[in-house]
Amino acid sequence: MKYLKYIIILFLVSNMNLSFADEQEIKLQNKITKNLRCLICQGQSIYDSDSQFAISLKILVEKKLSEGLSEKEIYEYFENKYGEWILYDPKFNKNTYFLWLLPILMFLLGGAILFKLFIIKKN
Amino acid sequence: MFLKKNMKIKILPLVLVISFLIIFLIFYKGLNNSNIYTPETNLKKDVPNFKTKIFNSEKLIESDEIFENDKFYLVNIWASWCVPCREEHPFLVDLNKKKNLEIVGLNYKDNKKNAKIFLDDLGNPYDIILMDQDGTISIEWGAYGVPETFLIYNKKIIKKIIGPLDLKKVFEINELVK
Repeated sequence: MKYLKYIIILFLVSNMNLSFADEQEIKLQNKITKNLRCLICQGQSIYDSDSQFAISLKILVEKKLSEGLSEKEIYEYFENKYGEWILYDPKFNKNTYFLWLLPILMFLLGGAILFKLFIIKKN
Repeated sequence: MFLKKNMKIKILPLVLVISFLIIFLIFYKGLNNSNIYTPETNLKKDVPNFKTKIFNSEKLIESDEIFENDKFYLVNIWASWCVPCREEHPFLVDLNKKKNLEIVGLNYKDNKKNAKIFLDDLGNPYDIILMDQDGTISIEWGAYGVPETFLIYNKKIIKKIIGPLDLKKVFEINELVK
């Protein structure tokens, strides 16, 4: 009887671990599919879409994860197949550096104006 | 001193006006860009590696066993439920008459029975038909849907046709395969 109690506890704990790992994998899978653009839909991610294309891609993401590929490797794999457009997060390169730097430039410019107007004037 | 102060006041609006002008110009230019995504169709990519079942048999086949060097292959993704596939089918039957071109069919998310009826009705132009039941092999090919056609030479994709074949596209294929 005493052993049975331990066995039941062990069983429950191992089961909990398993469901936890599953949950982590589903979370990662969702994160990846949310970062991939459904190329044949308008304004939808693979995660959101139920098109044939998106369904196949979801299956493939799951397959690649079970093959042991990392998140980054999966993005690279799809980028290689479909081009950078499939990724929602554009990479930092010569085509996109303006896109990435513009907000910082505007922030700095605004800061400089405010600094000039309020701090230098006060002094 | 007076001159310096005057300069300071004038530089700030000038910088602002110029920077907004630059931003305006960039957005104005972007406005004229097409917002329709057009995938590249002339990529010299390698044939992907995959393993799948042959249609009407339980045999598994690997991509390396299908494609040989120094030979032209036409990979056509099709399904019996796809209406444009019906339209392009006569062109495939016609292309099958070419001796130096092998046509490989990739049956996309289809019902076997319906696919068979489709081929019985319209003819079977394929030298071999592969199964893609969950659509993942088409993704390996970089396809968007059905129908899609790839021309392969030396295990490289030399032409990709998105959508059904027509007279113009068949002519282009004929020009490449000589």
